[in-house]
Amino acid sequence: MTPKHIGRRTFVKAAGTAVGSTVLLPACASSTRGWRFLTAAEATVVDAIAEQVIPADDDPGAREAGVVSYIDRQLAGPFEKHQQAYRRGIVGVQQAANAMFGGDFESLRWTQQTAVLRTMERNDAPGDVWQSTSARSFFELVRDHTMQGFYGSPRHGGNRDFVSFRMLGLDYPRIVGQNRYKMFPGGS
Amino acid sequence: MALRHVNAVIVGAGAGGGIVAKELAEAGLSVVLLERGRWHSYADIDGDELRSQRTPALGNAYGPDDERYRRVVQDHAGEWRLVVPSHWLYNNNAACVGGGTLSYGAMAWRFMPEDFRMRSTYGDVPGSSLEDWPISYDDLEPYYEKAEWQIGVSGDDSQNPFAPPRRRPHPMPPFSYNTEGRLLHDTARRIGLHPFPIPMLRNSVPYAGRPGCINNRTCVGFACPVNAKNGSQNTVIPAALATGNCELRINAVVSEVHIDDRGRATGVSYFDERDRRQTQTADLVVVAASATETARLLLNSRSRLFPNGAGNNNDWVGRNLQGHAYCGAFGLFDEIVYDDVGPGACVAVCDYNHHNDGIVGGGLLANEFIRMPYLFTGRRPPGAPSWGRAHKDFQRTYFRRHASVIGPIQEMPVFASRVEVDPVVTDHWGIPVARISGHRHQEDRRGTDFLSTRAEEWMRAAGAHTTWKVGQGGGPTASGGQHQSGTCRMGDDPRSSVVNRYGQVHEIDNLFVADGSLHVTNGGFNPALTIMALGFWVADYITREWTGTHFR
Repeated sequence: MTPKHIGRRTFVKAAGTAVGSTVLLPACASSTRGWRFLTAAEATVVDAIAEQVIPADDDPGAREAGVVSYIDRQLAGPFEKHQQAYRRGIVGVQQAANAMFGGDFESLRWTQQTAVLRTMERNDAPGDVWQSTSARSFFELVRDHTMQGFYGSPRHGGNRDFVSFRMLGLDYPRIVGQNRYKMFPGGS
Repeated sequence: MALRHVNAVIVGAGAGGGIVAKELAEAGLSVVLLERGRWHSYADIDGDELRSQRTPALGNAYGPDDERYRRVVQDHAGEWRLVVPSHWLYNNNAACVGGGTLSYGAMAWRFMPEDFRMRSTYGDVPGSSLEDWPISYDDLEPYYEKAEWQIGVSGDDSQNPFAPPRRRPHPMPPFSYNTEGRLLHDTARRIGLHPFPIPMLRNSVPYAGRPGCINNRTCVGFACPVNAKNGSQNTVIPAALATGNCELRINAVVSEVHIDDRGRATGVSYFDERDRRQTQTADLVVVAASATETARLLLNSRSRLFPNGAGNNNDWVGRNLQGHAYCGAFGLFDEIVYDDVGPGACVAVCDYNHHNDGIVGGGLLANEFIRMPYLFTGRRPPGAPSWGRAHKDFQRTYFRRHASVIGPIQEMPVFASRVEVDPVVTDHWGIPVARISGHRHQEDRRGTDFLSTRAEEWMRAAGAHTTWKVGQGGGPTASGGQHQSGTCRMGDDPRSSVVNRYGQVHEIDNLFVADGSLHVTNGGFNPALTIMALGFWVADYITREWTGTHFR
């Protein structure tokens, strides 16, 4: 992913000083210590689900990207309407985890966690909560929020250190106007 | 304290309203332009995909906001849903100075002559209110030209054999292709299509005092950081203000058009930025609030002579709500086809607009705007994992190795697809909200099946190893979205239309409509340039025929 004609660091430096383009820095990419809506226990569960949705491999996964920080922050803001879905859904995840494997979700082995989420995705997860609530809808909600937290702008608490932009070979911090100068020929 | 009476009050500072404001102000009329949103710039969201007008996961960047606005919309199961603007069912466009033109993709299509004569060209389509426009392409041609030169378009029709006739070329040269565009262009030529650069309301070179495009990835869904994308907010609205005859009031939410007992419009009431109710009187009222909100406003304007809403004694206001049936195909490639040169969309064909066997109307095909990282997480072949290792691997592998060509199939207008005002639900200001219901026509599915098959052929010929179709018309919900149109149909017969050929409401001669609501049919093209041309068309009639007290 190294540009052919010019090193990335060199380019960023040039863009910031000599060329004078705007280098956009995220407002606050670091996570906060305390949670805004989730309890610490709930955050652990959401974190584990998110890591299943986008696992670490050669590139960082949802955990390292701070996806749970993103979700927690939005639950105290634009996602306020989803607060009860999370509160109840997390209880349901634990019910399913205990019914299927006799332990809390975050303590299960990787493949067991995957199996729990697959039953939720199929909408046949065990547990009282899922008698009256759609397990699939909750799973899809968390999945979608995880994608946002991982692939969206770092300004909302996720995509920490631009991990997904690095993975996709996109400029970071994002540079407005780079393409004016065609410095990334062939896109690699 | 009463506000000073003016010659014209215009509701909505988008594509249509901005143009009418400028034309009227330049003609010497005193104008008040009311906009429910405010001014925005790129810096407001800094290229943040989660706030983009295209993927507003955290709310619309350019309005309306989720706190004060809502609609009632019938969903797939026929249930009424109360939805906020960032929900896809809301069918949002925008609420800001510039309206949709601040953050649009900026394709600058002229409709073709056949698009104005759909009934004559294709005959009756059962279940559809398909009709000819009361005006022809030739009538509108000079106004397309005005739009192209005054707002600013880059393009070259000489490469498109299906382009409608024009008297004057585009004011700026066309954009060059990015890597994907060049591949698709060469492929299209090879398989007998007629590809050409998409005309764009963006500056390929510096124009009218603003710079050329810098090819951002963050273009569609975003304002432009260097003002190289041309909308009403950086062209006609500043020009209107510069005349000294036009006052723009932002954060002004219009609730009602007043119609007196003689059947004349006397002005509008609105809520200002502090939610105080104001009344602005005027000789003329022009409504340009987009197809949904224009219909809602007229329906909310009840008077003695028009108890069911202004101009609605025949129950046509809000009818025939249309949008576009988007469809096409995705393709995956072994090699990198992505070069990050935005906005992405650059090559099109019009081979599938009209005169294709068995297809009513059809639509253009063009490569798609850049799929931003979050948007791309939802773009997968049928059956592919939607999460987990494989999903992530797909994202990493194919973000730079996929392409897509899509296009807007012209939808058959349906009389039952409509905007009403809800009898119960109101917004922050207590104004009854828009209620949207209806369905799409089955003919649309024939169109999308056809166009997505052609798109898939194009993708395969370009070397894609895997392809799949996307988008299907004819669903159980009403259409609309950013290309919403049709709700105040123009026509010569007052029994089966809302306004006449000049956008003048039948029976209320000083009340006009100047937005996509006028469209009888919506073309197989993005409608912005046509809305702009209609803005010039309506304004031209007003400035020519208004004597100061009545129309000639």
